[in-house]
Amino acid sequence: MSTDNHAHGAHTAHVAHHFKTADQQYSSGKEGIWLFMLTEILMFGAIFVGYFYYHNQYPEMFAEGAKSLDWKMGFVNTLVLIFSSFTMAISISFIQKNQQKKAVLALATTILCAAIFMVIKYFEYQHKFHLGLYPGKFLDAAKVGAEHANLGLYFGFYYTMTGLHGIHVMIGIGLITWCLLRTVRGDFHSQYWIPVEGVGLFWHIVDLIWIFLFPLLYLVG
Amino acid sequence: MAKTTAHGDNYINYEKGLWSWLTTVDHKRIGLMYFITVMFFFFIGGVMALLLRLELFAPNTAPNVGQILANGDVYNQVMTYHGAIMVFMVIVPGIPAILGNFFLPLHIGAKDVAFPKINLLSWYCFMAGAILAIATFFTTKIDTGWTFYTPYSIRTGTATALMVLAAFIMGMSSILTGLNFIVTVHKLRAPGMTMHRMPLFVWSLYATAILQMLATPVLGITLLLLAVERFLGIGIFDPKLGGDPVLFQHFFWFYSHPAVYIMVIPAMGIVSELITTFSKKVIFGYTAIAYSSLGIAAVSFFVWGHHMFVSGQSETTGIIFSFLTMLVGVPTAIKMFNWVATFYKGSVEFRTPMLYALGFMFLFAIGGVTGIMLATLPIDVHFHDTYFVVAHFHYVMVGGTLMSLMGGYYYWFPKMFGKMYSESTARMSFVFIFIGFNVTFFPQFILGAMGMPRRYFDYIPAYETLNKISTVGSWLIGIGFLFGLYTIVHGLLKGEKAPMNPWGSKTLEWQTPSPPPHDNFSVEPVVTAGPYEYR
Repeated sequence: MSTDNHAHGAHTAHVAHHFKTADQQYSSGKEGIWLFMLTEILMFGAIFVGYFYYHNQYPEMFAEGAKSLDWKMGFVNTLVLIFSSFTMAISISFIQKNQQKKAVLALATTILCAAIFMVIKYFEYQHKFHLGLYPGKFLDAAKVGAEHANLGLYFGFYYTMTGLHGIHVMIGIGLITWCLLRTVRGDFHSQYWIPVEGVGLFWHIVDLIWIFLFPLLYLVG
Repeated sequence: MAKTTAHGDNYINYEKGLWSWLTTVDHKRIGLMYFITVMFFFFIGGVMALLLRLELFAPNTAPNVGQILANGDVYNQVMTYHGAIMVFMVIVPGIPAILGNFFLPLHIGAKDVAFPKINLLSWYCFMAGAILAIATFFTTKIDTGWTFYTPYSIRTGTATALMVLAAFIMGMSSILTGLNFIVTVHKLRAPGMTMHRMPLFVWSLYATAILQMLATPVLGITLLLLAVERFLGIGIFDPKLGGDPVLFQHFFWFYSHPAVYIMVIPAMGIVSELITTFSKKVIFGYTAIAYSSLGIAAVSFFVWGHHMFVSGQSETTGIIFSFLTMLVGVPTAIKMFNWVATFYKGSVEFRTPMLYALGFMFLFAIGGVTGIMLATLPIDVHFHDTYFVVAHFHYVMVGGTLMSLMGGYYYWFPKMFGKMYSESTARMSFVFIFIGFNVTFFPQFILGAMGMPRRYFDYIPAYETLNKISTVGSWLIGIGFLFGLYTIVHGLLKGEKAPMNPWGSKTLEWQTPSPPPHDNFSVEPVVTAGPYEYR
């Protein structure tokens, strides 16, 4: 049935009924994913605007907040995520070369990296809770000995930004697992890989957002 | 339940059973599902509106008719539900999700939208959000107004968090619809259907889709932050914790002003279709109308500050926003003049859809011009938060969007259902709605100029006469919509069978049977000319 698996070929099993060619389907899917990434950037963009606004209002308070974060943990997480972006990218090129086993390995490594990221994040959160560094109104400035009474605002940003990012990492783990299972099943090959590329793009955006979050939250000040 | 092997010849009977509808990925069926649900919410929102007008029939001190609702809190809740339901559940999804879903692929000769499954997902998002929003009614309700302004929305004991989450989920539906439309327009046009041969309704949906996709994420995060503020007290909008409530207004209007154009640009698209069809003449200034939609979309991102002239922004900022806002008048007027020019030497036919198109032009002109008035800084300071503003945006939202939506329903009714509606009751419905609308909202301009503040439960006796007139008008609108409902039901049950092209239109959707087959066209159309080749 799909023996003449040519990218420009006639209607094959993996081309949906409303597309004429695999090419049309591929370019539509790709555009859709890029547009979706744009909405993600706009969504995070608004929080970044809020961050810059308050950072400008209370630079010393933000510096105090940043000091109480452990930049080493953030740095390790940055490396882990960048490496996972790399393994995600090579998984696609393995699929394009019909090297499914290597692709599965690369995807599994990506999931592992994401999990390591979340575990480190968990320890960071736990440590903050232990010190009483809660968000907003739950942070008792006197109890934690804060110089600035509104330090809770900084941690409001910290938890919201990293929390929303964390949710995205979890969604990423789910999506990459789905790709991995479908790769094992043999759904993806040199003629059809758009879902993996889409998830890959999503994963790169998630990494990119972290690359902005890390210096803004941990290093500034 | 096994799949039935015998498929019907059109999209309605192609498959049978409720399950086949709930799992459909056919854009036409999804459009119809939006139609049914949005009309249901429109009914609820409308009843709320009638209640509000009834309460304002007389000052609370008047005997018998004075106070209808139990107290001011109930009034605030009814007002909030009216606003939130009408905005998030009726007017924003109204045209793109119903008529856009149904006709965008037909207009460009495609078999479906680019991502049919995501299209279905967006209906489920809409439903989930809508059900959540309605569910708040059975908890502590909401009383913030549809704008959820901080810090009140943080402090009030009502179910704000649930409601903003509902709006967030409905926003996802809007984003997915917009994304789908953009890719469909880029990638699925039939052979020969160049961008400049697309019907103007498609151009308007395209401009709208850009707004839906770029503006809605900002609303999404704003509402999410508000919800987190309620749960965790992060302080970003709470002055007590060092936050800034005005930042909420900036974020909110950065979406919600473009959202106004999400509501009205597709309405302009429908009007373009109606005017050219019922003038039997090629539309005047096709390119100008097409690009002015994009122009409005572009400018709309830089005008949000005009909602905040009295929120403490600097005078310079106010002046800049004031001028930018007036700029919206330019592309809008371009459309208006081109429509009027289309009538010239056309053979104008006053069918019901055309009546709505003319109603749109008349009412939207008033809504638009009062908008320019409100954009003028000193006038706005005087009119801010008065009934003048209420009248202005109802002229735009109801007089504009809803008029056009109704016109579009009648225009495409034969295509959607394969039946004709009764022209006489449809006209009757229009007359009541049009007159009732003016009777309801024109007095509110005067009330606003007299200083009557909006969102109040009560008023001083000096405002009584005009308020009485306004309330009577709301009943006329109600009667008009009852006629409309009758027309639709009667048309569905007893309407004559519709021919393929009852209006003699030239666009592609009329070149396929009514109702269209499952795959839209039996043979893929090849386009060789523009959309309005009348003469």
